[in-house]
Amino acid sequence: MKIKTLLTTQLLIISCWSFAQEKSYTQQIEGTKLTFTMQAVPAGEFLMGSKKGKADEQPLHKVKLDAFWMGTFEVTWDLYEPFLYKDYETAHSTGPVPANVDAVTRPTKPYLDMTFGMGKENHPALAMTHYNAIQYCKWLYARTGVFYRLPTEAEWEYACRAGSTTEYAFGDDAATLSDYAWSKENSGGKTHPVGQKKPNQWGLFDLYGNVGEWTYDQYVPDFYAAQQSGTAYNPVAAPAKLYAHVIRGGSYEDASQELRSAARQASDPVWKQLDPQIPKSNWWFPEAPFIGMRLVRPVKTPSKAEILAYYDQPVIADY
Amino acid sequence: MNSEDLRDKRREFLKSSALIAGGVLLNQFAFAGGHSSTDDTIKIALIGCGDRGTGAAFQALSTTANVKLVAMADAFQDRMDNSYKVLSDKFKEKVDVPKERRFIGFDAYQKAIALADVVLLVTPPGFRPMHFEEAVKQGKHVFMEKPVAVDAPGIRRVLAAAEIAKQKKLNVVVGLQRRYQANYRETMKRIQDGAIGDIYSGQVYWNSGGVWVKKRQPQQTEMEYQMRNWYYFNWLCGDHIVEQHVHNIDIANWIKGSYPVSVQGTGSRAWRTGKDYGEIYDNHAVELTYADGAVIYSQCRHFEGTENRVDESFQGTKGRTYLSAGNHGVLWDHKGNEIFSHPTKGNKNPYQTEHDELFAAIAKGEFKFSDAERGAKSCFTAIIGRYATYSGQTIKWDEALKAENSLFPDQLSWTANPKLMPDANGLYPVPTPGKTKVI
Repeated sequence: MKIKTLLTTQLLIISCWSFAQEKSYTQQIEGTKLTFTMQAVPAGEFLMGSKKGKADEQPLHKVKLDAFWMGTFEVTWDLYEPFLYKDYETAHSTGPVPANVDAVTRPTKPYLDMTFGMGKENHPALAMTHYNAIQYCKWLYARTGVFYRLPTEAEWEYACRAGSTTEYAFGDDAATLSDYAWSKENSGGKTHPVGQKKPNQWGLFDLYGNVGEWTYDQYVPDFYAAQQSGTAYNPVAAPAKLYAHVIRGGSYEDASQELRSAARQASDPVWKQLDPQIPKSNWWFPEAPFIGMRLVRPVKTPSKAEILAYYDQPVIADY
Repeated sequence: MNSEDLRDKRREFLKSSALIAGGVLLNQFAFAGGHSSTDDTIKIALIGCGDRGTGAAFQALSTTANVKLVAMADAFQDRMDNSYKVLSDKFKEKVDVPKERRFIGFDAYQKAIALADVVLLVTPPGFRPMHFEEAVKQGKHVFMEKPVAVDAPGIRRVLAAAEIAKQKKLNVVVGLQRRYQANYRETMKRIQDGAIGDIYSGQVYWNSGGVWVKKRQPQQTEMEYQMRNWYYFNWLCGDHIVEQHVHNIDIANWIKGSYPVSVQGTGSRAWRTGKDYGEIYDNHAVELTYADGAVIYSQCRHFEGTENRVDESFQGTKGRTYLSAGNHGVLWDHKGNEIFSHPTKGNKNPYQTEHDELFAAIAKGEFKFSDAERGAKSCFTAIIGRYATYSGQTIKWDEALKAENSLFPDQLSWTANPKLMPDANGLYPVPTPGKTKVI
């Protein structure tokens, strides 16, 4: 029985690799019953930013990106908790947890309830730090052998726009937003199970609202100004400092204005003020129940050394 | 009052508080010898240099008062070294703790307390009664973390010392930070003004995924292992109903303006059954019954993979309320109309507020805070919750408070054995309702 499961899993992984780049696919988390889906996002060019937006969204500039896949949904607690809780992972695995998975550094157990009473099943995982989100990707890599990472800010906006040039992927009218998003106007002040609203043109759900989503980039307010000569190719503001990183998409707590495709949010140390310990947790933002994450997988897989370098950056202590 | 007068008043206040204590003249000389008596600085000693202790020192040193950390104490050298490095890097001239004022060991606290005007008591809670007693005896103002004790004998010591602290006009703040958090204060004020009538029932929760665990290391004595993995041993932690859930139970007592007369409940171990988890339960469900007949239900658990919540709801004769550490504070009438809602964003950090208010009072020479009694009584509410779940019996407040069963070791040394010891398989005896006697 165990051999059969193993074989099926291997076949599944092989079949993933043989997919055409354009195809969306389902990823099984090996050794568990958990799966998630990834939408194909084609290579292309787009205009990043917004003329009507805030200063940090300007100037509008040309960006060219390689193809990638992006998570159909925000990462849910169902997919996140086996990483958070080792015992829970063991209890929900079909076999022993492999040594390389076991060796991944896991979050400290949050002292508070990180769902903040908003619900767990199919709800987006939230309040994790940027570091935590990247370590989750590392755990997935150990579990699946596939390089998952955070979207760059450009990838996020490109995927969100899905070819559109309007304020939202569906047009300029914020009144339509409630068909696509859980925002301040309709969320009742809490997260909702993922995938209940309409997707965008590329099949991605809840990009707007529900929870804001980590990108990999350092928040640089005038980053776009430096990109405007010619076309920026796979631009990224590589993070080197603990604050701030860019969050995109807005959340259940934000008004429609903050949910626009180009709107940028910066992480804030005040989100850790309810952490009474020193050093403060590298893993949790007890006052940011509105931040979650979405996965990206580039079509061009980097070398193993590059992948490990992405995951294993030194932890910056937070005082 | 000009600043000169204020300084004189504060100096007089610090001095007189300290001098009232009998038998502390020696200490008074010791501290006068080390520091100029005309110095206007408020001297702080940190007792317990773990991550929370370091956090408390951060908050104390971040107040606007003229403060200086002058002494530190911990049982462990490595905790001391980490804490000192972080504090001295961050606060530089506000940290004046040369090696000879960094005290290590079980008796380190006495030496550090002697050098300060204000002490921060932030060790595992089992030591708190002993440390608080000493701080009061030496006439020092106190910030102490919750819980303030883990059993009835400890609570009695804290209550007795609390009385003396009041007589000596020593400010005492207990780290039940919801008492210093704006949403709780604002909502509670309205409730006390009658916005939702009399409270007759409520539900308070701390359901989360549990906390850290420290593995046993080779060469550790049993005493060292338990001290390192203190969350799982009741003489140090009091079980998570006391260590953590006391926050929510304290809100129940706050809203009732009183303490339960009896408690009954049930609990067990479901997720944490292995030898890394000492003796404590991972779930407790408890009913607190108050003198007026109101019943407040309390639930806490450390389960993985389940739904979580940490918050409080109460029902009154005219409406209901919802409160949480995430800055919620909402009042509704019985028709569901919102009467009041506290903004969840832009609130001050309650951990900082505790220290800001304490040090502001001390700097002005005011006697403003005497949290110890109510802190002790809320901790005792949680303790009798544990007594109820461990024994399976209804526990009456008055009887339980007389209990003589101290969990504290007979002897404190690295080679002495704590009262609870593991069996041949490394497992600790776990309380069984119906069999276990707690009082």
